[in-house]
Amino acid sequence: MKHKTFFWFFLPTAMAMLIFIAAPIVSVVMQSLFLPHEAVLIQVENCGPFGCTQQTSIDQEATQALRDAAPMGRFAGLEVYFDRGHLATAEVAAAWRNSESLGAFFGELNNLPFYRAMAFTLTYTFTVTPLLIALGFFIAVGVNSVTRQLRGLLIFFSLLPMIVTPLVGSLILFWMIDARGVLGNLIQYLAADPDLSLKASTPLMWISLIIYGIWSSAPFAFVVFYAGLQTVPQDTLESAQIDGATRWQQIRYVLIPHLMPLITFVALIQLMDNFRVFEPIIGFSAQAHATSLSWIIFNDLGGETRQLSAAATTSVLTVLCVAILLTPVLVRTWRDFKGKA
Amino acid sequence: MASKAQEKPLGLRILLTVFLVVWLIAAAFPFMWTLWGSFKVELDFFSISNWRDALTGPRTEFTYGHPFTGAGYAGAWIQEEFWRSVINTFIVCFFVVCISLTLGTLGGYALSRSGHNYVFWLLITALIFRALPPITLVSGYLPPFFEWNIWGYLPTAIIVLVAINQPFTLWMLHSFFQKIPKELDESAKVDGCTQFQAFRHVIIPVMWPGVITTGLFSFLLAYNDFAVTAMLLSESNRTMIPAVAAFLGTTQTEGNVMFAVAAVVSATVPLFIMVMFFQRQIVSGLTAGAVKG
Repeated sequence: MKHKTFFWFFLPTAMAMLIFIAAPIVSVVMQSLFLPHEAVLIQVENCGPFGCTQQTSIDQEATQALRDAAPMGRFAGLEVYFDRGHLATAEVAAAWRNSESLGAFFGELNNLPFYRAMAFTLTYTFTVTPLLIALGFFIAVGVNSVTRQLRGLLIFFSLLPMIVTPLVGSLILFWMIDARGVLGNLIQYLAADPDLSLKASTPLMWISLIIYGIWSSAPFAFVVFYAGLQTVPQDTLESAQIDGATRWQQIRYVLIPHLMPLITFVALIQLMDNFRVFEPIIGFSAQAHATSLSWIIFNDLGGETRQLSAAATTSVLTVLCVAILLTPVLVRTWRDFKGKA
Repeated sequence: MASKAQEKPLGLRILLTVFLVVWLIAAAFPFMWTLWGSFKVELDFFSISNWRDALTGPRTEFTYGHPFTGAGYAGAWIQEEFWRSVINTFIVCFFVVCISLTLGTLGGYALSRSGHNYVFWLLITALIFRALPPITLVSGYLPPFFEWNIWGYLPTAIIVLVAINQPFTLWMLHSFFQKIPKELDESAKVDGCTQFQAFRHVIIPVMWPGVITTGLFSFLLAYNDFAVTAMLLSESNRTMIPAVAAFLGTTQTEGNVMFAVAAVVSATVPLFIMVMFFQRQIVSGLTAGAVKG
């Protein structure tokens, strides 16, 4: 295809991505470097019949003039990045000096919003991803061994947790796990503790969020692995059987190596997707026990006071984290491309 | 098909059946339970005394004279005007799917038919864009949208969702178009067609399976989005998912959780129907990207 034809075919989609993805990224980075102007204060002396009082008030005109002169706000450099709400370098250094043990240090870190969110996001990402791959694999092997008529039904119901809106899915689970819901009742009965409540316990909240994560993403792994299982070379499987491989050995030495590229694919996609965990925190109203970077951004942007520069800074930090997670994918794509060429 | 050697011992068969039944219950039961419970009053669905109340509904019967009631749905749809959000959702989804497929087919076709080096870099850029969580872009949208006074309207949300959708659409359609033999449109060009005519008369008639699959996923993205629509739409233009979230904030305290339950069930129904009819396309779409790599 000629360059010119390519250009015209590609122009609409390129414009959409430039204006609404690339430009906002630039704008987010800019916003994270600026802070809103502080109001200009003036001292006014009010003299009445009972003497004079000093009053501080906002000089509206001067403030407006300042805002008009520099609409981006006042340049703050990396100040916002290092403040208490983000990387909190000063607080971390103080905690490092003052804590006697490593445990106390992490306890201190847990009071800083960014590190608190990071702790949950990373725990969530790195427990949910391997567990959902394992569950998806076993479902795929299981479904692959039943009769054809049953498979359609199984696939239909397996797709539901993944297809359903994350917020809706997490609400449906939350209402069941809630202390007054059916599963909550069951847990209370099993633990023999009628006061046990999800809302009151941090570990329980983390576990339920992780269970939601596995429940909602395992179907994706299942579908991908199931498709992969259809392409397993029957000859290899048969020769393994002739050589006396047990069922487990067949899975371990034939199926898993065959599915390995797919397992890497699912792992990479899911690492990126789980890192943005957000809706379940809203659905479970888990703010008090678990927050994530995406949730911090949402929280900063919502409400009456939209804290744009705080949100923008967290956004930039999130993008950097995603970039780190993305590197293996990029390397892989690069190798594929080199291999093809 | 199964030979004697592949027959499983009884113990393994039982284990497999139990495992699959447990998974089936885990996947399907929450939906059935919530659907059933949405026709009860709050004190039955969230029963303190006995969980069986959610099944039998004694308090529902006491209040309404029948173990089932549509009060939650009436409250959500009529009193809280959830129907508005439903209409908004379908407007947004319809336009997002149409626009992103139009842009995506043109772009994806160009990417699949051009052998130049920049194709790789464009695809990589799209991949990076696809990996960005949409919420990180929102703070970049807000100041200009307020400045130009376009915040809160459906078209704004539609165009933003289209753009966020593009990287994924491009990747998916790119791989579908690569499966269509190049010889088809090349022979059309030999016969004197321009590139666009070749696309119009030769490619469009054969591209529908791929486009439908991609369209399903575009629909899902627009339908399931919460972060962008919650931030960019004003209260009166809300789509379903932000509306459900708003129910949690306002009505939960008034003891009208059942509105939210009814709204959640209403929002699940279209997805349920979609999976029923398009199961094959969804499965093929999910695996298209994976099996190839």
